[in-house]
Amino acid sequence: MNKIVIENLDLYYKDFKALKNVNLTIPEKEIIAFIGPSGCGKSTLLKSLNRMNDLVEGCRITGLVTLDNKNIYTDIEINMLRKRVGMVFQKPNPFPMSIYDNIAYGPRTHGVKSKAKLDDIIEKSLRDAAIWEEVKDRLKKSALGLSGGQQQRLCIARALAVQPEVLLMDEPTSALDPISTSKIEDLAVELKKDYTIVMVTHNMQQAARISDKTAFFLLGEVIEYNETEKLFSMPKDKRTEDYITGRFG
Amino acid sequence: MRNKFEEQLEQLNIELIEMGSMCEQRISDAIKALTSHNMELAKMVMEKDSEIDQKEREIESLCLKMLLQQQPVARDLRLISSALKMITDMERIGDQAADIAEIVSMANISVEDLSNIVGMGEATMKMVTDSIDAYVRKDLELAKHVIDYDDVVDEYFIKVKKELISFISNSESDGEFAVDLLMIAKYFERIGDHATNIAEWVEFSITGKHKGS
Repeated sequence: MNKIVIENLDLYYKDFKALKNVNLTIPEKEIIAFIGPSGCGKSTLLKSLNRMNDLVEGCRITGLVTLDNKNIYTDIEINMLRKRVGMVFQKPNPFPMSIYDNIAYGPRTHGVKSKAKLDDIIEKSLRDAAIWEEVKDRLKKSALGLSGGQQQRLCIARALAVQPEVLLMDEPTSALDPISTSKIEDLAVELKKDYTIVMVTHNMQQAARISDKTAFFLLGEVIEYNETEKLFSMPKDKRTEDYITGRFG
Repeated sequence: MRNKFEEQLEQLNIELIEMGSMCEQRISDAIKALTSHNMELAKMVMEKDSEIDQKEREIESLCLKMLLQQQPVARDLRLISSALKMITDMERIGDQAADIAEIVSMANISVEDLSNIVGMGEATMKMVTDSIDAYVRKDLELAKHVIDYDDVVDEYFIKVKKELISFISNSESDGEFAVDLLMIAKYFERIGDHATNIAEWVEFSITGKHKGS
């Protein structure tokens, strides 16, 4: 089943056309990787999936993006959309508060007040993000005291706390060491059982390792979108081949 | 861009051409030893088999180094994985040339007309050369031609077999060397099969599709 469908999407930053006629279908409970050189539009597309581009001045979008067949720009209330489609950024960005409060932040904004219920959500989110064992004894301590890799998993836990359906990840491991990277990768594969994951990555091996489908972007266009194994073994487009084999430009 | 990798890939081509020409040379020497009853040459073919084995190790190590350092994908991954498979077949071709030489060195072959078995040996040599050429030049047509050419070798094998059967039935002498010749023909036939395997890997490296998959 398709979770997100993107049809004829054009995106402009003022006069600059950053996305050109993008058509993509994102199946439920799979990991989709977006790859391509810097400035090719992959992060821009990722951000349009939970309307983060609305905040950018001069940004204009035409075309259709649907979540479970509902237009995310007209048929879904924006706060509800962002609850359903969570985001994890390149640089871990925990709030300057305790680990507990970081995770409780989202549920509290959505009206969860009961301490017992919050405790449950926090434990489940931290467990799902594979960091519970490391932080369970210091939930009241500042999140800023965690290592980079732990902070990133905390941010994933924070995203999970509001029970989203889709997780958007913008280069989630580019600031992490190899051990933390492999933990996040394992986590992504684990989370796929319950969530649809869309990930922007500059690490080609990462895309090849964990994603089910990969889209290659160039100059605002989707050049090729296929099963990851096919895209990395027999790319159809010469531009894809040149990029993934490092002979681009 | 990726200069070192390009150099390594070029190096791989050179090494494969070298290994291919070593195989060719051994087949050619084995044929010469057979037709001229040259025991020294036969012994040399046997001794030099270790050089082909050594070359296989070197190419294998280069391929593993590239996999480790360059983490190839797409066309590069196919080229390197094909090379790894091809050298196994080439090493076997070297073994079979040495096996032929061993028979030549021990047998006393007294058949005058060896034209079919020589033709067969030459046909296999052509297959080996063409299959390596096809890899280096990324020539799909040539690879397919090699695969088809295996029929020529198989036809030679049938002819040689028939000749030997009639030789044994008409001859008053014992048929021992006829059996030796039959084994030589069988080794040539196997060399043709290995060259076909190589050509199939060339096809894979170009198209991403391997026969039977």
